Amino acid sequence: MGRLLLIARLVVRDLRHRPSEAVLLLLAITAAASTLTLGLVLHGVTNGPYQRTREATAGPDVVAMVGPGDNNQPGVRANLLPLEKARGITAHGGPYPVTFAALRGGGYLSVAMVEGRDGPPPAVDRPLLTAGSWVRPRAVVLERSFAAALGVGVGSHITLNGRSFLVSGIAVSAALPPYPGICVAGCWEGPGLPAGQPGLVWTTPRDAESMSTPTEKLGWLINLDLASPAAAASYAAAYDDANFKSWSAPYLVSWQDVGSQAGRTVSIEQQVLLVGSWLLGLLAVASVAVLAGGRMAGQVRRVGLLKAVGASPGLVAVVLLAEHLVLALAAAAIGLALGWLAAPLLTSPGAGLLGSAGPPSLTPSTVGLVAAVALTVAVVATVLPAIRGARMSTVQALAGDTRPPKRRPLVTRLSARLPVPVLIGTRLAARRPRRALLSAASVLVTVAGVVAVLTVHARFDSTFGAGGQLINPLDNRISQVMSVITVALVVLSVVNALLITWATVLDARRSSALTRALGATPGQVSAGLAVAQMLPALAGAIAGIPAGLLLYASVRHGDTMAYPPAWWLACVVLATPVVVGALTVVPSQLAARTGVSPVLQAGVG
Amino acid sequence: MTTVLSARGLRKWYGKGDGLVRAVRDVDLEVAPGETVAIMGPSGCGKSTLLHLLGGLDRPDAGEIKLAGRRIDELGERALARLRRDAVGFVFQSFHLMDELTAVENVELPALLAGRSPRTARRRAIELLDRTGLGDRAGFLPSALSGGQRQRVAVARALANDPLVVLADEPTGNLDSTATLDVLRLFDDLHEAGQTLVIVTHDSRIAATADRLISMRDGEFTDETRLTGGTTGSLGKLAGLES
Repeated sequence: MGRLLLIARLVVRDLRHRPSEAVLLLLAITAAASTLTLGLVLHGVTNGPYQRTREATAGPDVVAMVGPGDNNQPGVRANLLPLEKARGITAHGGPYPVTFAALRGGGYLSVAMVEGRDGPPPAVDRPLLTAGSWVRPRAVVLERSFAAALGVGVGSHITLNGRSFLVSGIAVSAALPPYPGICVAGCWEGPGLPAGQPGLVWTTPRDAESMSTPTEKLGWLINLDLASPAAAASYAAAYDDANFKSWSAPYLVSWQDVGSQAGRTVSIEQQVLLVGSWLLGLLAVASVAVLAGGRMAGQVRRVGLLKAVGASPGLVAVVLLAEHLVLALAAAAIGLALGWLAAPLLTSPGAGLLGSAGPPSLTPSTVGLVAAVALTVAVVATVLPAIRGARMSTVQALAGDTRPPKRRPLVTRLSARLPVPVLIGTRLAARRPRRALLSAASVLVTVAGVVAVLTVHARFDSTFGAGGQLINPLDNRISQVMSVITVALVVLSVVNALLITWATVLDARRSSALTRALGATPGQVSAGLAVAQMLPALAGAIAGIPAGLLLYASVRHGDTMAYPPAWWLACVVLATPVVVGALTVVPSQLAARTGVSPVLQAGVG
Repeated sequence: MTTVLSARGLRKWYGKGDGLVRAVRDVDLEVAPGETVAIMGPSGCGKSTLLHLLGGLDRPDAGEIKLAGRRIDELGERALARLRRDAVGFVFQSFHLMDELTAVENVELPALLAGRSPRTARRRAIELLDRTGLGDRAGFLPSALSGGQRQRVAVARALANDPLVVLADEPTGNLDSTATLDVLRLFDDLHEAGQTLVIVTHDSRIAATADRLISMRDGEFTDETRLTGGTTGSLGKLAGLES
């Protein structure tokens, strides 16, 4: 009990004694914990809106389509008819003619999947008008998320293949996923149409059929209900396995596939957030490691005193670990709260579904995982300095001796040929290779995030945006989430750069003072300290380029890979060390201006 | 008298109010070329502070310092750095060698900082290590050298750029008798070669080897004695280190 009390007292005193370091630790772990929480609580939150939309529109259990065959003949309507009476089918709507057309509207050029509808409301799939009226000749209805992306409403005019149509209504449907995911059942737009994902437009059958051109053949779509809706996925899979040979044969898609595609934005956001949380977690490990190492170096005498009065090596390690574990638990709690509060900002299901996503829930497994990650970050980063402190001899610790620097003969020999600031910087960086590695890793993670965002933008530039083409709202939202994560990565990386510089400055106090005593100017020492940070930053930036492309490849949700222009990447590689150098200017100059005499007289280690 | 180093009305105070420490109080000093001056006094009397002021490591609150006839107390940091690099060599009580550099790498460092080519710097460093009797220890790390050897490396480093004056702060303070004798012999060699030396010490045996002994107490010079044994007598005997 007395031992616990002592540990608690030491932890509290030390936290109160160094509030700014405690806040930085808290900030680093909280960033990772809140991002991880966000990623975890987003799981499945869009199921509700899709189900609501399906119920409100009598959504089909299965959608079947036939497209043009391999010889580019129009899709054969008759190929769908046997499905109406197939075993297990209880109701149907259609078949409806479907084709693709170039759409101009709201100032954008895009592609429309045109579906011809008329007659009385069918038993299956009755699109719900949210504004205006249903289709009539020369008047069309737009799927709501497509209309929102185009920025058009009831009363607007659009053109399809150059012919003008009035937008008479806006509707939602659960038969196909909202824009930009409607191709879940297959799209066959030809090369003459603009690039990009098609959006759904309902017209009269006659208008739809008239859109068909020699390059854009007609296809057909039928909506089906099953006796057992829950078995729709297996029904569709079994049918497709047995029958689908080419687009002229019916291709079936279940409501489960459509629902999954409808929630794709949020599920990709979740994937991006989870990857981002791991990256932030890595940065947090770097932050905590630097802080823990710095604190250990600053607490050498305290460790010596504790040991001198009888504390065991284990107690010394436990005090440092306990301090960081307390902070990690606090950070996990704050991160959970922040993630839960921020989740509604990311769970909008989009205009294509009805209602909003339910509130994200914090399950025990989410709480447990976030707390475990936060504690792991603290333990991984603290364990080495804690063991080192525990193993240090009492006499050595009382004398304030820190770890001897590493000797790097090759670096010493090569750096002799370099200008003085680079000589000083290279040798400083080589003194503490683990710190240089942490610095490089921190920059690598950040540059990887930046490159991933640049790759998203490169994809925009290569596939959208040119000539007023519509930008995919999914990419837009993913880009926004990635940008937010990248900002968090940059902020943490800046904190890391400052912490590492400060740790280097403290560690190199004696050698910097000595170098100045031997004739280096404060400017040369200051520049040397900056170079010591810039060298690992350059290495991290170079390694961050392939890491960023890999990162993007891991979350690109099946899209084709687009590479940012080489000059963008070159700018990132060159700008990163410059930015790091600029960040280190203040601590470096402060250090270089410290008097030489007091440091040498004190014999600071 | 021609002087290589002079100080007039030199003052350095620390703190204020009750905590005011008058480390150096209106000190005047003149050092002739080739002269060895020992400044002696108890711990905390201001000797090291004075040495740091003379070498441009610290700035005086008042007074002036001239090195080779040029005022240095008003120089900017860059100019002071150049001065320390080219005209002053320091030897410290605790050696202050870079732990991660070998003896020869430590000795060549001031020459590299002065922009000399690596080859020139290395040649000069080896020459100095030979001169200090450590030619066979050039590739050793400080941790593999004895205290006396470390201090001899530090002396070699101080000579790397052929300074006008070598300032030594308690150069034997951390050494045993044998190592002290080694360092004293080295200083004697330097003296013979015409090197100007200012040595701060609280060890009377070391002080007895100088041309001139200045006593210091509470930041002030209290006594000055011109000695004759520093350059002519048996240094070890004078220092009481050999019979």
